[in-house]
Amino acid sequence: MERATADLAEPCLVEGSAALQVEGLSFRYAMTRDRAKTWTLEQLSFQVAVGEILGIVGPNGSGKSSLLKLLAGLLSPHRGTIRLGGRESQRLSQLDIARLVAVVPQEYVQIFPFTVAETVLMGRFPHRKSRFWSVGLGDDTEVDLVRAHEAMSETDVLSLADRLVSDLSGGERQRVIIARALAQEPKILLLDEPTAFLDINHQIEICSLIVRLRAERQLTVVLVSHDLNVASQYCDRVLMLKEGKLCRIGSPDETIRPDVLRIVYGCEVVVDAHPQTGRPRVTMPMGVGSTR
Amino acid sequence: MAGLVAASVTVLMMCLQFGATSVEMRTVVGALLKFLQSEQTDAGGLGTSGIIMVQIRFPRVIMGFLVGGSLAGIGVTLQALLRNPLADPYVLGVSSGAALGASLAMLFGIGATFALLPALPLFGFIGGFLSLVLIYRLAQSQGRLPIHSLLLAGVILNAILTALIMFITSIMEPNRSAGLMAWLMGSLTAPGYPALAVFFLYMVVVLGILMQKAQVLNVLTLGEETARSLGIETEWVKKQLFALTALLTGAVVSVSGMIGFVGMVIPHVVRMLIGSDHRLLLPASTLVGGMFLVVADTIARTLLAPAEIPVGIVTALAGGPFFLYLLLWRKDRMA
Repeated sequence: MERATADLAEPCLVEGSAALQVEGLSFRYAMTRDRAKTWTLEQLSFQVAVGEILGIVGPNGSGKSSLLKLLAGLLSPHRGTIRLGGRESQRLSQLDIARLVAVVPQEYVQIFPFTVAETVLMGRFPHRKSRFWSVGLGDDTEVDLVRAHEAMSETDVLSLADRLVSDLSGGERQRVIIARALAQEPKILLLDEPTAFLDINHQIEICSLIVRLRAERQLTVVLVSHDLNVASQYCDRVLMLKEGKLCRIGSPDETIRPDVLRIVYGCEVVVDAHPQTGRPRVTMPMGVGSTR
Repeated sequence: MAGLVAASVTVLMMCLQFGATSVEMRTVVGALLKFLQSEQTDAGGLGTSGIIMVQIRFPRVIMGFLVGGSLAGIGVTLQALLRNPLADPYVLGVSSGAALGASLAMLFGIGATFALLPALPLFGFIGGFLSLVLIYRLAQSQGRLPIHSLLLAGVILNAILTALIMFITSIMEPNRSAGLMAWLMGSLTAPGYPALAVFFLYMVVVLGILMQKAQVLNVLTLGEETARSLGIETEWVKKQLFALTALLTGAVVSVSGMIGFVGMVIPHVVRMLIGSDHRLLLPASTLVGGMFLVVADTIARTLLAPAEIPVGIVTALAGGPFFLYLLLWRKDRMA
């Protein structure tokens, strides 16, 4: 029995195949009072290739975070399927999913004073073998410590190891949470608004970290962002949601365009080319009432 | 940990000396040794102080230690489960629920007739479990457990349950209701060695299982979604933890009544000293909680000797202000 689960958990993600397959996915929250708008997400189908970075963008309330939670197995779809490395996620246990997928949530509140090292070690949870006699501190195996150490050095938080997470700055905390996700040894990394509430220096830091991790660990990354420029500069493809429906999916050049943005967001924006990357760059137009 | 165990033993020994009659350390040790050798409670040849030791003070100090340790363990678990550093079985009304269950059992005379079945802990468990589930449902909104709504729900539930308990005492015959009141105020008058052994069993089983789940408790403090994304089936785990804490609360309340704030103050202080890792926090809090209650009870026994103050009053007077301080301090930090 144990053998079988171990085999199941062994990911079969190879270069070129799909890490995530979503087919006909529909979802609604159980207690939606608004009868007219029943579906939070409706009939979504798309795939994410191994080693790809996919950005999910869309206006507030378009279902971005819900989609991410569905991919993480935190919500279950009403219709359609989500396959993680070819296996239907609804048939996997929470633990099996946790060995494949790690989530970096948007908001992170830590009520109890845990240190950085303790927090990162918690990422080892899905890999712990729970035995009846494994009471107390003997739980951290050498592998756990090594993986946690690696994760912390990759995210450059080793020097913070003994600090309390609650005492860190926003950017440092975000790196700690990414380290915890890496300690999980996931194949797929899901991030909800990784750059929200961060200053520009920390935004750059986190974004380049994500790109570097993808290269080093062959991670498949799905990130939700309200920042179109983050999606454009750092993602291989961008998925646009509008009112729970998939509006467009494709490379930044195909999706971050004035005509598409007008449909999705219902407003005019200025799109030009980034001077360094040549990728689309979005800026606000001169406002109607603004003075010059 | 070893230091804490040593400290616990020392505190227990020290507290054995004090009481309405104080007894020298030499006599304490002598009586203890004789008791351990002969395992007799009739204490032949021990003298008056020996009899006081063996028949009254040993069981009482042991009981104080077990009850205090259990309360602190319950507090640690509830705080992790509810992600709230102010959670405490007494403040949240879990103790009141258990007390109501046990009072009902007494009202209908179930408590008096039982010999084989532990009716009081069972009723206490049911009462505690129901109030815990109710509290959780009341306070939860959109998958979150805001601290203040949790406390508010606890206050209201407590008021209702206390009113019901008062109602029960008012319809009982006066002599029985006096006993009930004394018990409710929190007392560590030991019910004898066999009952102590049964209680010890409850404590070992529940805290043992909780110790096994220390890692799960750690992860649960990060929030429900994070816990799930780390592979915990939170719904199932929550049910288990509710049941375990309610079980131990039921047992505690049925032997010692309502002793408040131990479950909140002790985990808090211990967390400040050794950090939040539940693999250490849980056993350390249990030991410190045990010591604390034994000391509190010693104060309760000696302050107005030969009269006794209910120990629940001592802990509430020590813990209540601490609770207020935390509430104010947290508000500062949130602003």
